[in-house]
Amino acid sequence: MSTDTATTPRLRGRGSNFGPLKVRLWAPPLALLAALIGAAYLGNALLGQRAFLLPQPHVVLGKLIEPRTAPDIFEALGNTALVALTGLALASVIGIVWAIAMSQARWVERTLFPYAVVLQAIPIIAITPLIGFSLGYDFPSRVVVAVMISLFPMVGNTLFGLQGVDQAHRELFKLQGSSRWTILTKLELRAATPAIFAGLRISAGLSVVGAIVGDFFFQRGTPGIGALIAKYSARLNSAELYASVLVAALFGVVIFLFFGWLGRRAVGKWYDFG
Amino acid sequence: MSSTTTTGSDTTLATDPAILLDFRDVAMTFPDGTVALSGVDLTVKRGEFVTVVGPSGCGKSTLLRIASGLETASHGSVDLNTDRIGYVFQDATLLPWRPVQANVELLAELHGIPKAARAAKAKEAIDLVGLSGFEKFLPRALSGGMRMRTSLARSLTLDPEIFLFDEPFGALDEITRERLNDELLRLFSEKQFAGLFITHSVSEAVYLSTKVIVMSGRPGKIVGTFDVPFDMPRDPEIRFTPEFAALVGEVSHALREAHS
Repeated sequence: MSTDTATTPRLRGRGSNFGPLKVRLWAPPLALLAALIGAAYLGNALLGQRAFLLPQPHVVLGKLIEPRTAPDIFEALGNTALVALTGLALASVIGIVWAIAMSQARWVERTLFPYAVVLQAIPIIAITPLIGFSLGYDFPSRVVVAVMISLFPMVGNTLFGLQGVDQAHRELFKLQGSSRWTILTKLELRAATPAIFAGLRISAGLSVVGAIVGDFFFQRGTPGIGALIAKYSARLNSAELYASVLVAALFGVVIFLFFGWLGRRAVGKWYDFG
Repeated sequence: MSSTTTTGSDTTLATDPAILLDFRDVAMTFPDGTVALSGVDLTVKRGEFVTVVGPSGCGKSTLLRIASGLETASHGSVDLNTDRIGYVFQDATLLPWRPVQANVELLAELHGIPKAARAAKAKEAIDLVGLSGFEKFLPRALSGGMRMRTSLARSLTLDPEIFLFDEPFGALDEITRERLNDELLRLFSEKQFAGLFITHSVSEAVYLSTKVIVMSGRPGKIVGTFDVPFDMPRDPEIRFTPEFAALVGEVSHALREAHS
């Protein structure tokens, strides 16, 4: 007697549209980009003797293939990526464990949450000397900065996801006499996955910021793009400076998009992951 | 499982093995002082389908929550003489990331039933509620009625002796609700479970039940009990007979009386 009809799964806007809509979506930002490039050329022409302040875009792009500068920039990018991804991995593990601990008992939440907020509020620059004292001026300190900057969204989003579980779902499990562990693994963590991925995407971008900030303070060993930016800036190598900034920004965008894609792959079937 | 909370009342009565659920002088006062239930006596025996009708906020749902053990009564005794209970929530409460098959398997999985056995059990339940062919569908792709069927199937996998229904069809449109009422009656006849059903629809109550209980609001008290004389299995057409209409009228009258 099942004559109720199934509704067709809702179409997701993303990825399923080619043609006119794609054009409408991409045309405005591309137009703005063209305008900015045009403005750069114009500014360069108008600045006269101080034209070095605003290099021509093709010169900037040229630095990314020029044998004298390109290897430096990409090597530095690789170092930054390593710090950022190590920091992100640590922030994810620490953040998720932290949030799970807080979700298990009120008193743990009351004890630990203020520290998550403090961590968020600390001016990272103010405590870099402390990090340097205790951990040195090399890779570990750079990673610590990346972790500290990217940790809060992981804690906050995971906790939000774990606590957002439908009360009726919890009761459904309780009625079967399920243990906390079962509820955590079969219900809460699954339900929190979209929130965890949303946090991961934000933290991913922040971890790149953290890695670059770390470079400015901890320049031993193999520092990344931040150290290179500081060097080019000191030498007034503006085209190289722009090229490094561009590469760092693109890396941030790529990592953000990657985690967005990963999130959609993980939960897109049942959740509209933005 | 037999959970008893007693505060001084008579507990020496011999228990009738046919009684699955027994409420004696049950009262419920929440910590904030709200009195949800007061002096409730109610039994559900094997073969009975008891429906409780009452206005919103009269403590009907609290009754079920106490019966299932989700809440503990503040006064009186509650005996549940089986550990095989089915609980159907107001909402289908399906896990959105699980397809129909895995959702139906959930309870059996939580009870540690091996993979093959629970898959077979789920298959049978899915057939029984008429959802064959939809096993791989995610809840979001199903209509409200189909989600409720999935929810019913999920409870059926545990072969419950008593089913507790908390206004399960309240959010559905009239046609879907009537169709699910018919299916529920068919399942009741086939699977021989007892039922305690909460609703605010008098015609649904009369159509489904062997006994209708009318509750008043705040605090919830039982103000009337009506035996429903129609045989099982019931013909859907019974809804259009004068006897049915007369009983619906009586119950509605009692419900109105309780609130005037």
